[in-house]
Amino acid sequence: MTTAAATTIKARQRPGDRIFSSATVIAGSLILAVLAAVAIFLLVESLPAFVADPAAFDGDTTNFWSYVGPLVFGTIYAAILALIMAVPVAIGIALFISHFAPRKLAQGLGYLIDLLAAVPSVVFGLWGIGVLAPLVQPFYTTLVDWFGWFTPFAGPVSGTGRTIFTVAIVLAVMILPIITAICREIFLQTPLLHEEAALALGATRWEMIRMAVLPFGLPGIISASMLGLGRALGETMAVAMVLSPSREVIFQLLTSQNSTTIAANIALNFPEAHGVGVNILLATGLMLFVVTLLVNMLARAIINSRKAFSGAN
Amino acid sequence: MTSVTEATPLTNSLTAGKLPRRSALWVLLASWAVSAAFFAMLYLSGTVDGFNLVGTAVLGTVLYCVAIYVLSRLVEGSRKAMDRLMTALVTTAFVIALLPLISIIYTTVVNGLPAFLTPTFFTSSQRNVVGAGGGVLHAITGTLMVTGVATLISVPIGLLASIYLVEYGRGRLARAITFFVDVMTGIPSIVAGLFAFALFALLFNDPGIRFGFGGSIALSVLMIPVVVRSSEEMLKLVPNELREAAFALGVPKWLTILKVVLPTSIAGIVTGVMLSIARVIGETAPLLIIAGFTSSMNYDLFSERMMTLPVFVYTQYANQGADAQAYVDRAWAGALTLIVIVMLLNGLARLIAYWFSPKLGR
Repeated sequence: MTTAAATTIKARQRPGDRIFSSATVIAGSLILAVLAAVAIFLLVESLPAFVADPAAFDGDTTNFWSYVGPLVFGTIYAAILALIMAVPVAIGIALFISHFAPRKLAQGLGYLIDLLAAVPSVVFGLWGIGVLAPLVQPFYTTLVDWFGWFTPFAGPVSGTGRTIFTVAIVLAVMILPIITAICREIFLQTPLLHEEAALALGATRWEMIRMAVLPFGLPGIISASMLGLGRALGETMAVAMVLSPSREVIFQLLTSQNSTTIAANIALNFPEAHGVGVNILLATGLMLFVVTLLVNMLARAIINSRKAFSGAN
Repeated sequence: MTSVTEATPLTNSLTAGKLPRRSALWVLLASWAVSAAFFAMLYLSGTVDGFNLVGTAVLGTVLYCVAIYVLSRLVEGSRKAMDRLMTALVTTAFVIALLPLISIIYTTVVNGLPAFLTPTFFTSSQRNVVGAGGGVLHAITGTLMVTGVATLISVPIGLLASIYLVEYGRGRLARAITFFVDVMTGIPSIVAGLFAFALFALLFNDPGIRFGFGGSIALSVLMIPVVVRSSEEMLKLVPNELREAAFALGVPKWLTILKVVLPTSIAGIVTGVMLSIARVIGETAPLLIIAGFTSSMNYDLFSERMMTLPVFVYTQYANQGADAQAYVDRAWAGALTLIVIVMLLNGLARLIAYWFSPKLGR
């Protein structure tokens, strides 16, 4: 905006201007360079893993793809479970803050939810083992007793409660704030005239939300969920601490054998890894990076395309 | 949606076909009372040991949802009933989200205080400590150094990049930077740690490299996008009239930015930086990868392993020694320290934003 007028009269270029503007350009480009560097260095360091000797893998896995396969499954399984739990609650919270809570309280309540995002993940891990797992274990026993015929709930039940289901609950709590924050922003952008028109036609508050707010916010909800998915895919410490892991494809939610995730597997094994083992872990990290990058890019693209059409801007 | 034409005959009062005021509140209290009575009966009959407070709240809330829906449906019709049910569910969703927050803070304080209050906790390291005793001095020093250097790297880059986006950037490069900054906020923290490891392992040709500065680099990767995003928002808030007034007086553009734009938005920028520090100070995974862990003091960022507070919490829990309870206690005390630091940073940032923000309303 400020440079638009400079097309006709060219301002004198002072040395200060040149230095300052090129410094900002360099800083901006550096960010792109860093992102590229993350991809390049990870790729270079993980190349040995793709051609590694079968003996380098423990257990009966013989190549990288059979090593990473169950990890990818576990990562996606846990993240999807977390998402299923988090999205309805997050939409509820966002609606509560944007349309139900008293106006004066709304911002304070928003901060309260943001505080949840400030809790370090290692504390979530401690809480997951120390509080949540013992709390939910009796429910797991009941679930297995009653619904054991349904494969995901099949036994034998874990005695500690440190299952993938508990992990999913912790992950759901961790991704709540980001989904809530974005949904809240989008819901507040709903054109006021749409809302007032609905109310004027005699709609109740819920009907107004269903007819005006939710259709308007749907792309926002989708991309917020995808950003939450990205977070859940990459979350490390909470999974590493809570889960009792095994590197297999396991659909059961409540047993003591659980598919572990890429990030947790790296965190648990990296300190002791050596030789090509390090490269294998870096290669699994590269997989994680690619997946989360794609998910995030898609989510941001949806948000950005929406921004252009929203009546609020 | 149901048809709106089937109007019920109205009695001549404005409140006809409505539940009395505050009926929702009374129904809620009644449902909780019924549920409490149910669990009290179970307790007194000896079926379960102890009064189940959680069960009371859950059952009471479910009962409320059912009761208010049925009542409202009978008196007010299905549309209003749906509205009341949804209000109840949405409010419940909010309360559900608060439960973990309260539970986390409560358990951390209760479990963390015993070790937190021991005299050596803030004055000694874990060197040669087996069992109880020792402290987190080495971890706190490490955290402050690693995060401090990460801040020194991230703030200039992030601030300059946001100035570019707001003041200079037009066209493709600016759009690419905006997009990828958003994407970068979603990079998993462990990937940042792996990146720093891969970078320095190649650079120094040392496949087992661990040192504090690598941790700073990893944290910077996570921190820069957050700084850019928040500073950009703040710079955009500076009114264009201020810039134009400076240009009209013949001030060069770079001086306008330095002397007019930045001072106007500095409070918001400081807030953003503090929030971004609060975000990375609790990161565990990248530091576990590249900074490693140790039980001794290390003041040198460029050599040897360096302990940090989040990694301290993790290792105390993961590698419990002979006297397991002492290690768990220290883990919780470390977690408490971490939460206190993060909450202080958050609170301070909000206060700065509140005190120094330009008052827009007249």
